[in-house]
Amino acid sequence: MYIAVPAEILGIILPLLLGVAFLVLAERKVMAFVQRRKGPDVVGSFGLLQPLADGLKLILKEPISPSSANFFLFRMAPVATFMLSLVAWAVVPFDYGMVLSDLNIGLLYLFAISSLGVYGIIIAGWSSNSKYAFLGALRSAAQMVSYEVSIGLILITVLICVGSCNLSEIVMAQKQIWFGIPLFPVLVMFFISCLAETNRAPFDLPEAEAELVAGYNVEYSSMGSALSFLGEYANMILMSGSCTSLSSGGWSPILDLPISKKIPGSIRFSIKVILFSFLYIWVRAAFPRYRYDQSMGSGRKVFLPLSLARVVPVSGVSVTFQWLP
Amino acid sequence: MAQEHAHSSAVERLLNCEVPLRAQYIRVSFREITRISNHSLASTTHAMDVGASTPSLWAFEEREKLLEFHERVPGARMHASFIRPGGVAQDLPLGLCRDIDSSTQQFASRIDESEEMSTGNRIWKQRLVDIGTVTAQQAKDWGFSGVMLRGPGVCWDSRRAAPYDVHDQSDPDVPVGTRGDRYDRYCIRIEEMRQSVRIIVQCPNQMPSGMIKADDRKLCPPSRCRMKLSMESLIHHFEPYTEGFSVPAPSTYTAVEAPKGEFGVFLVSNGSNRPYRRKIRAPGSAHSQGLDSMSKHHMPADVVTIIGTQDIVSGEVDR
Repeated sequence: MYIAVPAEILGIILPLLLGVAFLVLAERKVMAFVQRRKGPDVVGSFGLLQPLADGLKLILKEPISPSSANFFLFRMAPVATFMLSLVAWAVVPFDYGMVLSDLNIGLLYLFAISSLGVYGIIIAGWSSNSKYAFLGALRSAAQMVSYEVSIGLILITVLICVGSCNLSEIVMAQKQIWFGIPLFPVLVMFFISCLAETNRAPFDLPEAEAELVAGYNVEYSSMGSALSFLGEYANMILMSGSCTSLSSGGWSPILDLPISKKIPGSIRFSIKVILFSFLYIWVRAAFPRYRYDQSMGSGRKVFLPLSLARVVPVSGVSVTFQWLP
Repeated sequence: MAQEHAHSSAVERLLNCEVPLRAQYIRVSFREITRISNHSLASTTHAMDVGASTPSLWAFEEREKLLEFHERVPGARMHASFIRPGGVAQDLPLGLCRDIDSSTQQFASRIDESEEMSTGNRIWKQRLVDIGTVTAQQAKDWGFSGVMLRGPGVCWDSRRAAPYDVHDQSDPDVPVGTRGDRYDRYCIRIEEMRQSVRIIVQCPNQMPSGMIKADDRKLCPPSRCRMKLSMESLIHHFEPYTEGFSVPAPSTYTAVEAPKGEFGVFLVSNGSNRPYRRKIRAPGSAHSQGLDSMSKHHMPADVVTIIGTQDIVSGEVDR
């Protein structure tokens, strides 16, 4: 057991880090192909060594810290962001029984970790002691918190259909039909709220270049910004992972065909996560950005009532027809 | 090329010189190519400021094709000194009209693609509708021109109001907005691109064969092969390129409908070969004055995009 658990942890974290690095490359390539150009393709064949080159460059760069920044918090904030996005993967099931920690409150744990992520951002912005960083951090934090409310209500919707917060149970409850099919609007709202939660387009005004230069991590250089950046992408994969677990069946196959039993469950899970990440990138390439007050407005005035409005019929229908699990 | 056209028209007006019909058609078609090129740059970089990065790159691909046409005729992509007093510098190469025609046939669908990304998009509309509104009276007071003036509904297009060259033959529709906000201006630019495509399609069909420069050898130098054969041609080549030509005395203000607005040249001549005064009225300097009044009651994020919708080039503002 003393060997198994660290091995399991490494077995999650190492592929995840690789995944994050290649997600950065994938984003550049996918956006490039949408925009009728090729992305990075010089470094390796098809640019596959680009993340390595980028990582090496960032490690070798000189770390600059503003003299008036609070030293300890300034250094620790990106570390906290990154660590939180890795820690949340403890409860995500990759296959039947293949989960690091089979918590009975798994869903609540995920939600708590994403709420703690706001801390990392506020601390990063505030400890930089710079007006732009502070403004960016506050905007970012306020937006994340607003959309977390609607995420919470959507999680409740899924919870009602399953009856347990355990993510493995949620995935197994989708054996017959994925929740994304009867609850498709819920999936759409959840995806959009995840976009806003991770400060991705079209809700990326806190990090927009034209208005607010890179937002809360404007004062960071080299590893600090690299860690914030990686944390954002790891969060992106985490949200894709939770989208799959909650609404696309996690590791269950599409249809109960024997051929899909040959593909291991973790591969099926990964394919679905990749599809959601692709959707993230696609949305970024396609849409303009919301202005900040419009994104807050849509979070509070549109998504919150809508998600509340989804809880009511789902629970009503479940109680009426006694479909409660 | 619109700016070259303005200056050349000013000189021609002072000289009272007649531009041959073929040159006029060539000028019009290249002006409209410039208009499409400018609008596709302006509206899509504006889109990039708003956050949509994709239409910009698609439009740049289209601009590449148009800049290739620029390059084929006078040899330079951007600052082609092609439109000169008296006509144009060189005739169109073989095959150019066919290439322009085939390019315009697919261009309308490219405009459709870019429009699909933006025009009906609710995020786009939310960012653009009722932002940067200008009333017709304000637009006239501030001296706006071009798309900024047609946004609030003032139907003033120099090509219609004071036609020059053969614009009255091609009869485009002039799109005019109603509310004067950014969304209207964006839609007007897109529609103007389509109208330009219409003009470009008509021009090679209506273009006669003939001279491309005015017959006055004191004004327009002869071709190089002629210059090498005849003494008079050599002198006629030497004189304009060294001393220039003299322009009679009074002054003129000539304005053309440049894509960004009304580009005017006020030329004062004292009879010699150098202008006494040449004042260039750039549309951007008038538009940039209105930035303060247009951005009142809006957020800072809108200021960036209002600058984009005014289609300002800092060079013409700084003068």
